[in-house]
Amino acid sequence: MSGTDKTPPTETEDKATEDRAPEAPEAPSRSHSLLREIASGNALAGVLAVVLAVAVGSLMIALTDEEVRETASYVFARPADFFNALWDAIWGAYTALFRGAVYNDRVDDFATQIRPLTETLKFAAPLIAAGLGVGLAFRAGMFNIGGRGQMLLAGAAAGWVAANVDLPTVVHLPLAIIAGMVAGALWAGIAGVLKARTGAHEVIVTIMLNYVGFYLVFFALSRQSLLQAPGSGNPKSAPAAETAVMPKILGDRFNLHLGFLLALVAVAIVWWLLNRATLGYRIRAVGENPHAARAAGIDVGRTYVVVMLIAGALVGLAGTNQVLGTVTSGVTVDLDAGIGFDAITVALLGRSRPLGILLAGLLFGAFKAGGFAMQASEGIPVDIVLVVQSLIVLFIAAPPLVRAIFRLPAKEAK
Amino acid sequence: MTTAGLTPAPAPTAGPVVDTVPVVSKKTPIIFGVLTVGMALILLFEGQSGETTFRLAARTDFVQLPELTVPTMAGAWTLTVVCALLTAESVRRYLARRRTPLWLLAVYAVAWMAAFLTWAAAGESVPVVGLLAGSIALAVPLVFGALGGVLGERSGVVNIAIDGQLLFGAFAAAMIGSVTGSPWVGLVAAMVAGALVALVLGLFAITYFVDQVIVGVVLNVLVIGLTSFLFSQVLAPNSESLNTPPRFPRVPIPVLGDIPLIGPVFFRQTAVVYLLYIAVALVAFALYRTRWGLRVRAVGEHPKAADTVGIKVNRTRYRTILVAGAVAGMGGAFYTLVSVPQFNREMTGGAGYIALAAVIFGKWDPIRATLAALLFGFASNLQGVLAVLGSPVPSQFMLMLPYVVTIFAVAGLVGRSRPPAADGVPYRKE
Repeated sequence: MSGTDKTPPTETEDKATEDRAPEAPEAPSRSHSLLREIASGNALAGVLAVVLAVAVGSLMIALTDEEVRETASYVFARPADFFNALWDAIWGAYTALFRGAVYNDRVDDFATQIRPLTETLKFAAPLIAAGLGVGLAFRAGMFNIGGRGQMLLAGAAAGWVAANVDLPTVVHLPLAIIAGMVAGALWAGIAGVLKARTGAHEVIVTIMLNYVGFYLVFFALSRQSLLQAPGSGNPKSAPAAETAVMPKILGDRFNLHLGFLLALVAVAIVWWLLNRATLGYRIRAVGENPHAARAAGIDVGRTYVVVMLIAGALVGLAGTNQVLGTVTSGVTVDLDAGIGFDAITVALLGRSRPLGILLAGLLFGAFKAGGFAMQASEGIPVDIVLVVQSLIVLFIAAPPLVRAIFRLPAKEAK
Repeated sequence: MTTAGLTPAPAPTAGPVVDTVPVVSKKTPIIFGVLTVGMALILLFEGQSGETTFRLAARTDFVQLPELTVPTMAGAWTLTVVCALLTAESVRRYLARRRTPLWLLAVYAVAWMAAFLTWAAAGESVPVVGLLAGSIALAVPLVFGALGGVLGERSGVVNIAIDGQLLFGAFAAAMIGSVTGSPWVGLVAAMVAGALVALVLGLFAITYFVDQVIVGVVLNVLVIGLTSFLFSQVLAPNSESLNTPPRFPRVPIPVLGDIPLIGPVFFRQTAVVYLLYIAVALVAFALYRTRWGLRVRAVGEHPKAADTVGIKVNRTRYRTILVAGAVAGMGGAFYTLVSVPQFNREMTGGAGYIALAAVIFGKWDPIRATLAALLFGFASNLQGVLAVLGSPVPSQFMLMLPYVVTIFAVAGLVGRSRPPAADGVPYRKE
């Protein structure tokens, strides 16, 4: 799998979507192609994948619930007890999830009621930004698994600027964000350069860079001269200065910060880049077929490097989002909080399209916000969210499987 | 080293080749030179004083080897000179258009490592037996995982899910081992669990043509989620009945275990480790010396050609990855049935990715991958030992080593690492 640049992952991504009606890529009218996508059953497959994954999640919740197991022991004597317990467990879990992710009907004032929604947006922001980074690389036929390392490096760079530079907010915050994005870009760029120059497979290189980055940041965090907070013995940096913290966009009552708006801007920019810019055309051409792209005069190696630089900057944005917005008390090695890997699932569910990634990011942000609420109120471990997420991606990736399960007609029948 | 005998190298070094000039890589002498100069620079600028002691035997050993005490700087310089001589020999061989043989590489590695240890442990004593035995303990899951990876990839299925197989194996071994009270049943359960993950991988990668890297990554996440969820929901509340697996006892092999140095390191281990020795030999033998192995390799290199001569490509791939999953699952069992008698969330700590690194660094060859995994185990154990001794090298850089080495390996700086030709390509019959 390493070595030459054969079989870029997008090929399969496209295989997964091959049931789409044959169409010119990115038809001029968005609404038209959107309608066609829905009609061709692609969106349907996505929804069914989510349904299927949630069903499996429900099964797991039910099977591991104390009361369900107790009532199951006398299910033939009093079946009603069993089904009540089953219903309670599943219904309780999903209402808790909803209450934690969208709307809490158990409190009085409106602001507290919609607070979960803002939490969802807060969790979605880094997922969208990092998802764009992974998705963009997919479009060029590259698989960026290095989200974790890129976020760590970006967070470390942004955290260093935030804690050690003294500037007014207008300059300080942008400078910290840019520092983070540049660090992420450079870290991802290593994989791009190695692929372009030596043909080293980016999957292996980015996985390895995750660990190298982890230990590098860990090292910096345990040296006073580098990143560690002065006078501290813990591997943690000093908190970000006030001037470098992302402002809360809905006032201090909500945790939602500037990072979400930046993620939206990133979606717009990536959409423009992919669909309107020459570079985006090159990226897609290389992703579709690097040999044809090379024959057409596109510098494939350079495209790989540029794509990884941009992808790293986007993932880096997610890293700065964490350090300057969500957890401003200082950089730690846990700052990526699994987002680097979640981003892969976001990009896959969003089919590597900017708008799809936006929606997928919102969905997984809701899962995250709701998952923590579910753990707090129902005692269901938040890990169930990981299971559901990964199942969604598996089902999405294999449309024939979903079709077989739901006995949908194959594509010829449409 | 024993590898030369077991591995039929594709391009044999011996024997004159008619009409062709053998291409000899100059990378080995260059790397030797860089390492030697690096060692000399360390000694010049970061000199240490005092003496270094190497403890060659544990106190309970039958044969007591004397402790070896050397003056730090003199010892380190002597070994560096040995390294320089070996480098010169390697250069001489390169100029004579001959490859640097494996034994030279091994001697060089030992000499360099000894020089480094002598310098790093100045004023302390190095427990050589503990260092090596600990390396084996850390390397066992890596070797099992790497063997699973080699098998899968040789048949053309990229196995990123090694980590998932290790973790699920560890989980199953802990749970079934606790319930039945037998470590052997736990081991079998771990193999089944590993094979189960492989089966899902196969279903998506072989039957549904989903990108194998994607499936692998997602499967790892799925297994982390699944085991963590079940751990919190089921194992943690009932830890006496479900999460206290019996441990494999340490079984010293009668005569071999009494050999000084080698005995305590290799032959006073648990049954799982002995199974590992067998597994390595078996996989190497089966892959290169049996009809089954030939078919597996054919399917991985050129599935169409294999299909043409009547080999069932997808069936072969399924069988191979199921075996590979079972092997990797055994590595998972090592965590819960030998190391720590308890399952914990994410307890493999990404070891599967190091195993993957070992597969690539070992050039998709079972013996080389095993050696790579042992090297990585040694690096991480050395880090622990040096941390105790208070070495001048930051521990993070030692921990980083396997990953950096792998990046160099895939970038072709440490000899080209070429995967099987059809690795990662699903086979569609036309």
